[in-house]
Amino acid sequence: MTALQKIGKYTIIFLKYFSLVFFSFVAILPIVSCVVTAFKTETEYQNTNVMTLPESWLNFGNFVEAFQKANMGRAFLNSFIVLVSVLVISVFVGTQLAYVLNRFRFPGNGLIRNLFLFATLLPGVAMQVSVFEIMTNLHFINTLYGYIIMMCGTDVISIYIYIQFFENIPVSLDESGVMDGASYFTIFYRILMPLLKPAIVTSCILKGVGTYNEYYAANLYLQDKKKWPTVATSLYTFVGPLGSKYNLICAGVIISLLPALIVFILFQKQIYSGLTAGSVKG
Amino acid sequence: MASGTVTGKTQKRSLGQWAASRDGQKVFVMIAFMVIPLLLLFVFTYLPFAEMFGFSFYNMKYIGARKFVGLKNYIKVFQRDDCFGALKLSLYYMVGSVVQLALSLYLATILSFKVKGGNIFKGFMFFPFLINGIAIGFIFKFFYTRGFVFDTVLQWCGFELENLPYWLKDQSINNISLVGTSVWRYFGQNMVLFIGAIMSVDAELYEAAMLDGANRFQQFKYIILPSIKTIITLNVILSITGSLSAFEPPYVITSGANGTGTYFVIMHEIAHTQQKVGLASAMAVVLLLIIFAATILQKLFFKYIFKGADDEDLNATVKRDKKLAKYAARKAGR
Repeated sequence: MTALQKIGKYTIIFLKYFSLVFFSFVAILPIVSCVVTAFKTETEYQNTNVMTLPESWLNFGNFVEAFQKANMGRAFLNSFIVLVSVLVISVFVGTQLAYVLNRFRFPGNGLIRNLFLFATLLPGVAMQVSVFEIMTNLHFINTLYGYIIMMCGTDVISIYIYIQFFENIPVSLDESGVMDGASYFTIFYRILMPLLKPAIVTSCILKGVGTYNEYYAANLYLQDKKKWPTVATSLYTFVGPLGSKYNLICAGVIISLLPALIVFILFQKQIYSGLTAGSVKG
Repeated sequence: MASGTVTGKTQKRSLGQWAASRDGQKVFVMIAFMVIPLLLLFVFTYLPFAEMFGFSFYNMKYIGARKFVGLKNYIKVFQRDDCFGALKLSLYYMVGSVVQLALSLYLATILSFKVKGGNIFKGFMFFPFLINGIAIGFIFKFFYTRGFVFDTVLQWCGFELENLPYWLKDQSINNISLVGTSVWRYFGQNMVLFIGAIMSVDAELYEAAMLDGANRFQQFKYIILPSIKTIITLNVILSITGSLSAFEPPYVITSGANGTGTYFVIMHEIAHTQQKVGLASAMAVVLLLIIFAATILQKLFFKYIFKGADDEDLNATVKRDKKLAKYAARKAGR
């Protein structure tokens, strides 16, 4: 009996680790194969199997070439500008809206919340058919600011993260501010905003990753790829004549996902909790 | 605010002024703080929503003359083989999302108990979620190319290259290959959500169950599953609607070639390459209606299923609706 139990126990432990190792392998295999290929020279790539390790792990030639061919210097600059602007704007817009919706009772409060919620159920790709027309009329096509403004418009997650956070900040704080004669602006910027910091960090990471990785709208609205590539759309360079030079393409792909990797390693916990927050209870 | 009344009646006039200015300020701050988000919401969500509906009755391009054609576009959506028929591909994505949910639930259950190196495994499996779509397209074009990564790994396992299909060209398998990439990308993220849900279960419940001699499977069935019922329901609803609007894998990997064009890929092509904006709008409207219908049907279905388990009042249903939307937003990550 005990021996049987032991066998059962070890089988379960084995199965457990086998599943974890197997699916981790599945998850990173496509990425690892890309890294391997990115370090190969042209001749090496053509003469060896894709899974053969490169002769030298110091062959950065592909990375340099990919970086130049895809104009990634410019792309990183554009992505950086977009990222910072979108984050700054959506932090202010999102926290302010959440403040009003959480702290003030007024007719239409519920309606506004529902309008934002309903918006999330509309599939983004379908909407772009007519958003494109609006962007054209606003002369937002091929301008970085147009793209930035559009990216701020689709922000609903952060608002909900902020509202949830506001619910846990006692109203007595606002009231003591009112007693001291502080204006609502002062209360918001001096008292509440600093307390929101954890929520702001969480939503910035989520929004930041989303913005950095966005390519569909960037491709539609920043059509001039010479002037306005973002990191994601700069990879379109490799569509076409360069389409089979995978040692180069893989290098480009790896460069494009390095920032996401760094952010992931630094902010793992916040990313996980940001995704989970609010979607768990109830 | 309420504190104002304490001050007394002697200063009635100044109090009134104070209140007025305070109220005035309140209105001012509300307008100042809400005008931008509401404007953005209007311009980039509701205005396009309304316009799309309008466009669907016209024969038009983005630039140039428009001609009113009534319901012709809608009729075309149902008549053209490439439009409505493309919804059949959603079945692949539905099956894929069921596999994905089961897999991530399984892995989440393993990882929420003590596991050596759990965080590293979690990190590996989650990371694909953070890669941008275009990169994923290239990674998998490379991965599935004849004789490349996938074929090599299968050869290690003893398969012969001649017996392996062309993963992206062979029409009997290419949609499955594409669904596989979607599962690959999202199972880790789903897993993280489930781990969060499982972790929010009171730890005392597990201890009590352990004392009662419940094994892992029983713990899963009687403690974990009931307490994350809601989140699973939400995920099922979202995955069905998500399957109907499947877009990314074929768009970035095959561009819809060789019979992989899902409904939205074809809509995108019609809208932005062929510039038949009216037809594309009609397609979008039709799919939105189908999605709403599917969502409502599923809600009724789950309500029916859970009717015996707990009598859900109207309030709870409304709450779940809201959660669903919030949850959708979070999952979309936009």
